[in-house]
Amino acid sequence: MTETFRDARAPIDALRKRGRNLTESFFLSLIRLLGSVGALILFAILFFVAYNGIHILSWEFITQPPLDAMTKGGIFPVIVGTVLLTMLCMIVVMPIGVTTAIFLSEYAKPGLLLKIVMMSIYTLAGVPSVVFGLFGLAVFVVTLNFGMSLLAGSLTLAIMVLPYIISTSEEALKAVPYSFKEASLACGATKWQTIRKVILPTALPGILTGAILGTAKVSGETAPIMFTAAAFFTTGLPRSVFEPVMALPYHIYVLATAGTHIEETRPIQYGTALTLIVLVLGMNLLGIILRSRQRKKRAW
Amino acid sequence: MVAGKNIFELKDFSFYYGDFLAVKSVNLGIEARKITAIIGPSGCGKSTLLRSLNRMNDLILTSRVEGEVLFHGVDIYRKDTDVIELRKRVGMVFQKPNPFPSSVYENVCYGPRIRGIKKKSQLDEIVENALVRADLWKEVKDKLHESGMSLSGGQMQRLCIARSLAQEPEVLLFDEPTSALDPISTANIENLLQELRKTITIVIVTHNMQQAARISDYTAFMYLGELIEFGETDTIFVNPYNKLTEEYITGRFG
Repeated sequence: MTETFRDARAPIDALRKRGRNLTESFFLSLIRLLGSVGALILFAILFFVAYNGIHILSWEFITQPPLDAMTKGGIFPVIVGTVLLTMLCMIVVMPIGVTTAIFLSEYAKPGLLLKIVMMSIYTLAGVPSVVFGLFGLAVFVVTLNFGMSLLAGSLTLAIMVLPYIISTSEEALKAVPYSFKEASLACGATKWQTIRKVILPTALPGILTGAILGTAKVSGETAPIMFTAAAFFTTGLPRSVFEPVMALPYHIYVLATAGTHIEETRPIQYGTALTLIVLVLGMNLLGIILRSRQRKKRAW
Repeated sequence: MVAGKNIFELKDFSFYYGDFLAVKSVNLGIEARKITAIIGPSGCGKSTLLRSLNRMNDLILTSRVEGEVLFHGVDIYRKDTDVIELRKRVGMVFQKPNPFPSSVYENVCYGPRIRGIKKKSQLDEIVENALVRADLWKEVKDKLHESGMSLSGGQMQRLCIARSLAQEPEVLLFDEPTSALDPISTANIENLLQELRKTITIVIVTHNMQQAARISDYTAFMYLGELIEFGETDTIFVNPYNKLTEEYITGRFG
C-alpha cells in the first residue's frame, strides 16, 4: 500500500520542487547581483581614488604644510585640523548624548514629553548637514561671536552627530538585560548606583562603537564646517580654539573648485581624498571589529 | 501560629497592575527562620505576592497596593520607608540565574561595595563567607576572578545566592529558583536552603509541588489572586482543608 502511494505522488512532487527551485535560484541570483553592484561601486571609488592618489602619498605629504600657493608640499595642518575638529566635537557630544540616552532609556516615563523629545531627535537626524552649517554660522559664529573657529565648527558638528550618538547609546543601554537591573536593585542598590555600576559598564562597548562610527561620520563632513570653521589656508597650526582650521573634506573642495591652480593641484586633491578615505574607513573598520568582538563575547 | 514569631505580616493586602487585581486581600504571616512555600498555578499572583515583600514591584509604573505588609511590625508601604534598606534586609533570588557580567568576586561584593566598604581584607572576608554559606566556595575558590557567567547554571544560581548573602539579609525571597536547573543542581539548592533556614527566613515561590513538600515548613496555596489555604506543609499536603487545594496538589488542575 505504501508502495502505490509513493508511486502516485512521486512525479508531482518532483515537478513542484523544480518549480520552486527555479524561482528560488532566480531571486538568489538577483540578490547576489544587486549586492555585488553595491560592493563593486565602493571598490570602484576606492580604486579610482587610490590609483590617482597613491603616488603622492609620502611621509613628507602627511607631515609638511602646503607650499607655493598649495601646489606643492603636504597636508599636515589639514590632517591636524580634521583631527582637532573631530576630537573636540566628540568631547562635547559624548556626555550630552549619553546623558540624554540614559534619561530616555531609564528615567523618561511614557508620555508627551518623551514623544516630543524622541520626535525632535529623529527630525534632527534627518536635517541636511548644510542646514547645520547655517545654524552654526548664525548661532556660534555670529551670535556667540566665536568667529570662524575650531570651537564653532566642533560645536556645529556636535549638534549634527548628536541624534546619532543618542540613538546608538540608547540602543546599547536598552540591550542590557532587565535581569541585571533587577539583580542590582534587589541587592539594595539605588537606581543611580544601578545605572553607574551595572547598566553603563555593560552598555559601554556598544556606546563606544557608536562613538567611533560617529567620529568617522563627523570627520568626513564638509557642509557643517564650511561656514563655521574651515579655512582656505592657515599659516601653521591653530593656537587656540578661536582660530579657524583647515580640514580634509574642505581642503579637497577648495583645491578642486576655488584655487587658481586647479589642474596643478590634482594629485594633492587625490592624495587628500585618499587620506580622508583611509581615515574614515579605518575608523569604521575599528568600529565594526569592536562591535563583532563584543557580540561574540556577550554571554547573556 | 503565634503572632510574635512572624517577621512578615500581610493584612488585607491587595495588589493591582493598572485595573487588574493580581493579589486579592491576602492575610498571611511568615514565621522567622522557617521556609514558607507559595504554590499555585501560573498567573495566580504568587510571584507578585513575593515581589511585594521587598517592593520589587515598585518598578512597574502602573502598580498600586492596598492593605499592609508589616515587616517587624512596620508597614513597608508607608511613604517614609527606606526601600534600599528594606531590599538589603530582604534579599531576592530570581528564576533565571542572573549574575552580573563580571568576576565571581565582584558579583559577591557588589552589595557591600555600593554600601561603601572599600577595605580589601574586609571584602575578601565577606566574599569568602558568603560563598561558603552558599556552598560554592570549594568549587570557585581558585577562579574568583573569572567571569561569573562562565559557571554552570547551578553554580550561577548559588553565586546569586551568595551575592544576596553578602548583605547579611534577614529574609531571602526565592522566585522559582530551580526551574531553570537540572535535577542535581536543584537538589544542591534544596540542601542549601535547608542549611540557610537555620539563620535566615526563606520564602520560596515554586511550581514544583514535590519541592514545596520536601523543603518547606509552611505552605500557602494561591489561586486567581486569592490565598486559598495556608498552614503547615505536612497538613496541607496530607490533609488539605480546601477542596481546591486538594485538587491542585493531587495534580487534577494546574
